[in-house]
Amino acid sequence: MADGWWPFRAQVRETVMDALFDQKLMAALFFSAGYNTTLVTIGAALLGASAGAVGAFMMLRKRSLVSDAISHATLPGLALAFIVMALATGDGRFMPGLMLGAALSAWLGLLALEWVTRRTRLTEDVAIGAVLSVFFGLGVTLLTVIQVMDTGRRAGIGGFLLGSTAGMLRSEAELIAVAAALCGVAVYVLRRPFTLVSFDPAYAATQGISVRMTDLALLALALIVTVIGLKVAGLVLIVALTILPPVIARFWTNRPGRLPLIAAAVGAFSAYAGAVISSLGPGLPTGALIVLVSFAVFVVSLVFSPLRGLLAGQMEMLALRARVHERQGLLAMARDEPVYDRMTLRVLRRAGFIRADGVPTPAGHAAAKAAQREETLWSLYRRLFPDEAAAGGYHGLTPINDALPSDIVRDLEARVAVH
Amino acid sequence: MNSDFVMLNLPPLVVGVLTAVCCALPGNFLVLRRQALVGDAVSHVVLPGIVLAFVITGSVAAGPMLLGAGLAAVGSLVLIEIIRRVGRIEPGAAMGVVFTAMFAGGILLLEQTNTGHVHLDVEHALYGSLESIVWFDGEGWHSLFDSAALAQLPPQVPRLALTLLAVCVFIAVFWKELFIGTFDPGFAATVGARPGLVGLALAVVVAVVAVMAFDAVGAIIVVAMFICPAGAARLMTDRLFPQLLWSVAFAVISAVVGYCLAAFAPSWFGFSHALSAAGMIATVAGVVFAAACLFGPRRRRAGQVA
Amino acid sequence: MLDSVKPLRVVGAGQTPPAGERAAHDVDSPLAITGLTVSYGGKPALLSVDFTVPAGAMVAIVGPNGAGKSTLIKAALGIVPRIAGEVRVFGAPVERAMARIAYVPQRASIDWDFPATVIDVVSMGFYRRLGLLRLAGNRYRQKALDCLERVGMAAFAARQIGQLSGGQQQRVFIARALAQDADLYILDEPFAGVDAVTERAIVAVLKDLQARGKTIICVHHDLGTVQDYFDHVLLLNVRRIASGPVAETFTPAKLQETYGGRLVAVQGAGA
Repeated sequence: MADGWWPFRAQVRETVMDALFDQKLMAALFFSAGYNTTLVTIGAALLGASAGAVGAFMMLRKRSLVSDAISHATLPGLALAFIVMALATGDGRFMPGLMLGAALSAWLGLLALEWVTRRTRLTEDVAIGAVLSVFFGLGVTLLTVIQVMDTGRRAGIGGFLLGSTAGMLRSEAELIAVAAALCGVAVYVLRRPFTLVSFDPAYAATQGISVRMTDLALLALALIVTVIGLKVAGLVLIVALTILPPVIARFWTNRPGRLPLIAAAVGAFSAYAGAVISSLGPGLPTGALIVLVSFAVFVVSLVFSPLRGLLAGQMEMLALRARVHERQGLLAMARDEPVYDRMTLRVLRRAGFIRADGVPTPAGHAAAKAAQREETLWSLYRRLFPDEAAAGGYHGLTPINDALPSDIVRDLEARVAVH
Repeated sequence: MNSDFVMLNLPPLVVGVLTAVCCALPGNFLVLRRQALVGDAVSHVVLPGIVLAFVITGSVAAGPMLLGAGLAAVGSLVLIEIIRRVGRIEPGAAMGVVFTAMFAGGILLLEQTNTGHVHLDVEHALYGSLESIVWFDGEGWHSLFDSAALAQLPPQVPRLALTLLAVCVFIAVFWKELFIGTFDPGFAATVGARPGLVGLALAVVVAVVAVMAFDAVGAIIVVAMFICPAGAARLMTDRLFPQLLWSVAFAVISAVVGYCLAAFAPSWFGFSHALSAAGMIATVAGVVFAAACLFGPRRRRAGQVA
Repeated sequence: MLDSVKPLRVVGAGQTPPAGERAAHDVDSPLAITGLTVSYGGKPALLSVDFTVPAGAMVAIVGPNGAGKSTLIKAALGIVPRIAGEVRVFGAPVERAMARIAYVPQRASIDWDFPATVIDVVSMGFYRRLGLLRLAGNRYRQKALDCLERVGMAAFAARQIGQLSGGQQQRVFIARALAQDADLYILDEPFAGVDAVTERAIVAVLKDLQARGKTIICVHHDLGTVQDYFDHVLLLNVRRIASGPVAETFTPAKLQETYGGRLVAVQGAGA
């Protein structure tokens, strides 16, 4: 069993290592690998940026997977355009024609999606799933029609399924780059209505923004990004370009204005890096590499993001838990009550507040007294200044000397002494 | 003609119907739980599972392939849940992240390992090849009563029949738990109906069904059959059990009509090649779904305007 | 290990002693919460909440939005994980006493377009008594109808739940809780979005339960009706601000402490 696995690993490592120390990588990274390769990498980066920014608004509207329906719904249009052009001119591989067909059928898919969610009781996830599977099924059927017509020329469509930038025509690369750049400009121009509608559609409507038109514009941009990205990333994976960058961006900012910017940057970086690596040799599909690069960024963000990452969240939770147990234990000690909770005992022992046999240490007595004081002062503060306490969100775990001005604390202490 | 039918057309037809019903039944619960796209995600990660199994074992035998696919499917569901909880990301986006990343990994692995002597075909994985399921010993209807011939049935037939049985048993045994846990998970937890556990079990059933069906018919039918029949059935009735029956009926209709159109319709127009049966079944399922959206007696929510 | 510490017990520090050492009133309490703490992303949603419910009481849990009222209920029932504290129901750890509790979630948390009829929903209340593989038979059908009768909904038994008004849906939920035949009823916002007639009907059903010795806890948002409906109150804002009989606890000072400056508006609307 293992003998099939390890040689494979060795082989991959060789390929990757070769690639890393290859001049080709350096050349591709710094745009000196020939006009076509450079054009493709720039086009990919522009595409990544636009897709990331559009995806950010799609995510804010909680419609990330609508992109998945769009991309799958392009297939019947691609196939029909191919058939029509093949019948008319003898060659179906003219890319602008294929893109037009793809866009038209994806638009039909979106209309169907919208119609199902508005007119029936079905939820959007069902509508998305139905549209994507049915359109894709229809597309596959049409592909077999192409096979029936002429078996030789199906290659023109195959590239759209998984994406391939190898052997891309110069005109095609230029078309992608220009269209992606225009999309980016459009997102920039429309960023205000997009942001308003994403956050509060009701408020946006009172500001004279048509929610429906804004949504349509957003969907249209998502559709354009998808269609021009088909050739780069492929039909199945293009959706990752609109989903992953905004999800990653969400880990690094809480500010709505920043989200599309970060998403665009992440998208540009992943698409650029993926395209560069892919240009290094055979067996390195562009779409897959773009997705894997952004997934790597995602994993790093998921673990290390200070805002909502795994490590930060876990540590905050553990810290809060320890503080709560310590406080509860100390209060029990201050009131001369027994402590039973195992975690509380552990926390107190580790802090040196009780001995291994459970008897309080001198440090423990002092800490218990301090905790009691904190508790008394905070509850007095809440009673005297209910508005400020509620507004400040103080629940009594923050040391009172850190949270409140010293004159107020002194005042509180004086009042406690009187009682 | 008759002998041909039993040998060439009956097996894919039966496999198509079995697959469709296998997917449609759990699909009802996915639709009600707003998890319709779980079926989509799972069927995408089957490919990397298969590729990985091939890389590890070096063979294309059914056993390791199915095991690899199953593990990948369950693994993806676990991953989606982790990402959703840890990152507080909406389920749709979490699914998108996981299935695209795993699919991309599968594609890269595939490209790196396609050495020539064994060929794993992505397109085949997506479209399936229902047509290639042939019962060589099926020489006519009489073969259905011939135990020697029955022993030579394509392996997908008994495999899917067993899967269907398992699905039915699962739904029958956990009917109340599925019902309560889908409707009101919070309440279900307080009466001991274990909504979390039942939800996980449902996900595993979906993964197993996706893998078994994928093996026979490719990814698209799987997704279409998880969603379309159940979605259409949702528009026919306001009770859960009748909804399940409707979904089964829709699944059978889609499979039979779709297969027959793909296999026989081209010859009516003078073409010799058949069309993709998987694609056609998904298309017919879409037509059924659209018809239910237009005419289903319970197509609207209470109070929903036309 | 603990022998050197005097086993004295005062409520208030999240420490519940083993059964042998507990005072009698604790064993009787339908719900005794000590030191309950719940974290949401590293921030406390509930902090060291201590709360003991007297048997046979009708308790309102009151506090501003985001005070953790629903979280308290869910954490007490084990639906939401807690990072500190303990919950005892009739003296036993809550996990082992779930059969004595009936829980009514917020009506708005449910998809009412679910393919189920009124009697289907009420029959969910029999789940524990049915066990695996048994469906509710005729005997249970009659019981379910009786429960519906008590909330004035018997005529709607066969109706699809999506066709009901908000108030009717809430009554169905109450009927499901009645079907559970519990000793402790925990309701999350039972009066939210219901009509005045339904509100009176639900109060009557709850008072009837109380008269039969049951204990009732409601998350409640209308300060104006606390004194009419309830005899005990818990004022909550992440911490317990105060708890006890309504007459002593439901005072302007304590409310001010609970709500902060926001109370002014609330009082104007409620009382």
